[in-house]
Amino acid sequence: MELFADAWQWLLDPQNYVGEGSLPQRSLEHLGYTMWVMAVASAIAIPLGLYIGHTGRGRGWAVGITGAARALPTFGLLLYLVLVFGVERRELAAVIALVLLAIPPLLAGAYSGVDQIDRRVLDAAKAQGMTGWQLLFCVELPLALPLVVGGIRNAALQVVATVTLIAYVGLGGLGYEIIQGIPLRRFDQMIGSALAIVVIALLLDAVFAALTRVVTPEGVRKAGGGDIRARESSRRLDTRAS
Amino acid sequence: MTWVLNNLGLIGELTLAHIGLSLIPVALGVFLSIPIGWLAHRFPLARGSILGVVGIFYTIPSLALFVLLPPLFGFPILSELNVIVALVIYAVAIMVRSVSDGFASIDPGALRAATALGYGPWQRFFQVELPLAGPVLLAGARVVSVSTVSLVTVGVLVGVKSLGYFFTDGFQRRIESEILTGIVMTLVVALIFDLTLLAIGRAVMPWSLLAQKRVGQGVS
Repeated sequence: MELFADAWQWLLDPQNYVGEGSLPQRSLEHLGYTMWVMAVASAIAIPLGLYIGHTGRGRGWAVGITGAARALPTFGLLLYLVLVFGVERRELAAVIALVLLAIPPLLAGAYSGVDQIDRRVLDAAKAQGMTGWQLLFCVELPLALPLVVGGIRNAALQVVATVTLIAYVGLGGLGYEIIQGIPLRRFDQMIGSALAIVVIALLLDAVFAALTRVVTPEGVRKAGGGDIRARESSRRLDTRAS
Repeated sequence: MTWVLNNLGLIGELTLAHIGLSLIPVALGVFLSIPIGWLAHRFPLARGSILGVVGIFYTIPSLALFVLLPPLFGFPILSELNVIVALVIYAVAIMVRSVSDGFASIDPGALRAATALGYGPWQRFFQVELPLAGPVLLAGARVVSVSTVSLVTVGVLVGVKSLGYFFTDGFQRRIESEILTGIVMTLVVALIFDLTLLAIGRAVMPWSLLAQKRVGQGVS
């Protein structure tokens, strides 16, 4: 418990709020990497997942890839890519490793979001004369959105946890004080940073939890909570990578 | 390739260490989750708080947990116990929800029929509820095992030797094939765990092959 008091002292120390490597700067770096990675990964995986869900093409392929990718140790991949790309391009290597981590949950959220839609709703929309694009944007996307956001939430959680590890290759983020502190046995900065990371992860999760509720279409919400519970559980049945 | 051939002994040794480090969290995590998940299913009032607490643990990054557990429990940060306890926590965090969903997936008619046939609560639990929830539990256990095997590698940052040692050592010595070996062997260990779980599932639930397919589609 004394260690936690020391960590609290460290967190309150004004010296950690100014200059190079300050807590706010590390937090911003951490969130910055997370956002970059999420933007790139979403741009790739969400359209692809919607396409798979919409056409039903490549579904087995997507399930296989997402399943296998979950076993991939991202820490190893990160270090491997940094060696292959060279240390001066380690930032790119880190983003690629993290994007590969984020794609499976995003993909799964997008295609299962479209997949779980009642076939009759789609048939009704087609019977009304909707074209393929109208069907996608006016029916499938709104109904899939809670699961799509669930996928984003899951991916963001994984990425924010794994950005902690990029400090090992000399990039910043909140993991820096931990990885640098372990050999030095600087428990105050390690525990303090760990607490800061936990707070950021929990805040991010809370934001996405709220967002999931906002994007659930009113009609779906009124149809009952049973649906939402099934959705929640499919979101949670995911691995973690770090 | 030369690196692999020159280090076969170390590869075997660390693969075994990795399996050992993964085995306890997967087994203990699944075992502990059954009563907790059952409570969450059985008592709707407790459900929210149990799943909430479990969700918070799920959110904590592993490196942060490796740092926070030692001062809480009083073991050294560089111990295997630290990594194992952290991984048990993650296993429970992932598994409790599957267990609760598994029990919720049982047809209430089957439970009423069992009660009508004179099953007591314990008998009903072990002979009706647990087998019927089995396929969902198995799906959850497979997710736990994949996750655990991959997470063990991060333990090398707090000095616990596993296949993750090849990542940091290969990085420092700039041997690409060493890191690649670590990655491939981690995938192999994950595959071994997955096939073992499937085999166990097939052995104890021979009737579930069809149901398993259905569950697999539901969660993916």
